[in-house]
Amino acid sequence: MVDNKAMIHVEGLCKSFGDNHVLNGVDIDIHKGEVLVIIGPSGCGKSTFLRCLNLLETPSAGRIFLDGVDITAPSVNINKQRQKMMMVFQHFNLFPHKTILENLTIAPIKLKKLPKAEADEKAMSILRRVGLEDKAYAYPSQLSGGQKQRVAICRALAMDPEMILFDEPTSALDPEMVGEVLEVMKELANSGITMVCVTHEMGFAREVASKIIFFDQGVIAECGTPDEVFSNPKNPRLRDFLSKIL
Amino acid sequence: MRKRLLNKKYAYYIAAIAVLLIVFAVVGFAAEGAASADTGFFAEFKAKLINNFVKEDRWKYLTSGLLNTLIISFFAVIIGVVLGFIIAILRSACDMLDKKNIFTKTLNGILKAYLTVIRGTPALIQLLIIYYVIFTSPNVSKLFVAVISFGLNSSAYIAEIVRSGIMSIDKGQFEAGRSLGFTYAQTMWHFILPQAFKNILPALGNEFIVLIKETSIAGYIGINELTRGGDFIRSRTYEAFLPLIAVAVIYLVIVMILTKLVDMMERRLKTDGR
Ligand SMILES: Nc1ncnc2c1ncn2[C@@H]1O[C@H](COP(=O)(O)OP(=O)(O)OP(=O)(O)O)[C@@H](O)[C@H]1O
Ligand SMILES: [Mg+2]
Repeated sequence: MVDNKAMIHVEGLCKSFGDNHVLNGVDIDIHKGEVLVIIGPSGCGKSTFLRCLNLLETPSAGRIFLDGVDITAPSVNINKQRQKMMMVFQHFNLFPHKTILENLTIAPIKLKKLPKAEADEKAMSILRRVGLEDKAYAYPSQLSGGQKQRVAICRALAMDPEMILFDEPTSALDPEMVGEVLEVMKELANSGITMVCVTHEMGFAREVASKIIFFDQGVIAECGTPDEVFSNPKNPRLRDFLSKIL
Repeated sequence: MRKRLLNKKYAYYIAAIAVLLIVFAVVGFAAEGAASADTGFFAEFKAKLINNFVKEDRWKYLTSGLLNTLIISFFAVIIGVVLGFIIAILRSACDMLDKKNIFTKTLNGILKAYLTVIRGTPALIQLLIIYYVIFTSPNVSKLFVAVISFGLNSSAYIAEIVRSGIMSIDKGQFEAGRSLGFTYAQTMWHFILPQAFKNILPALGNEFIVLIKETSIAGYIGINELTRGGDFIRSRTYEAFLPLIAVAVIYLVIVMILTKLVDMMERRLKTDGR
């Protein structure tokens, strides 16, 4: 039906909150293994776009295809579709009443019907990957911000998603903790998982992005490789934005 | 921290014992004051105790009354909690779901009206209306009527307590649950309600306490609950003091036990997480 190579195909996506027209027709394809970085000034709709992708916000118009399936169609089981794309939030949103291990295993156990032992084992191996296996039985409140965000990434990974959406994952962190989270994200990017990241970390964007898009006035104002976007920005607003942020 | 807990615990017991001692002292003085000059205080007191509680097995008015009070409270609490949680969850769903349509709006309107009416009228009037207007058949058990009435009444208060608990949970928790692929109901069940419950436990405990004491109006439809039991003894012996104090002490003890239980539960929930 649509470009089948694209994992995500977005067509004329619009979103308004009352009179506030945040997205005014966004078209984009996201391919498997791609690391798409979204940049733009505050309030330009980056989060809204990301949240439309997994339908945490209901688009006002337009269609979103995930693996060729129109997930904006009313007949679609969105809960099933969401399991393919996990989200990592700015404020972690770990479950404070569950241990780190339970944070990782509850979704696989309840939603994928994974046996507990298997889920535990898998969660431990994911935690080991980010060096947090000794925190498995701790509660989120006992962790630092950087550790919490790494756990949040692990929680997403535990569902074996096809892609992960990151909404400013390092913005709520103390500066000294940003590095450890970016490290994990870089490793993920290299492992070939599809990622869509909203971030203000331009160094990270330059290093790992396969494509960068710049949002302005609710549309994609510029789109290109890190080199194109950073070295040769065409859009005057992008130039302005980069001059402020770099 | 541990030391403070211990101190608090002792303070609680000491205060409780002090209250009981004061009650007995007052009882003693009253009994003494009423006593004639030539009989001793204890003998007079004993006579009064016998007259009020032992003679004609009058203590049974208190025990059977207590049983009815407990039955009404217990089942009313169950109805109140179940209905209250359902109402609260439905109302938050109506608020939160982005699919706002005629159905959710109507449902929300009906629930709001229910809460307004129940919370805006006295429990006694509700009890009388349910007994005399709704269940007019004489075959309907009075206990059943009381359970329904107090259950409905407390459901409105519990609904608002639970809803405030749900709203106190960060919206991010909800989004985290949904983004993992959980349905609205699953997210509520696994993530929102457990956290909300911990926050509202003190308020819920308070509501149970209010409910138990409020059942004292069940006597108005002729149920022999605790208050009426004491009052009945008074009407037989023409002595108000001992029976009423006895009733008050029994309520006090129930409430103290309940408070203790809620306290224990609160502490248990506190140990896991945060
Ligand atoms: N739930 C909502 N209700 C109403 N308006 C909203 C809502 N969410 C976002 N908006 C508005 O949409 C616009 C875009 O917000 P969005 O959060 O997507 O920006 P952003 O690019 O992520 O900004 P930031 O860099 O500050 O996170 C803002 O004007 C915001 O006020
Ligand atoms: Mg944002």
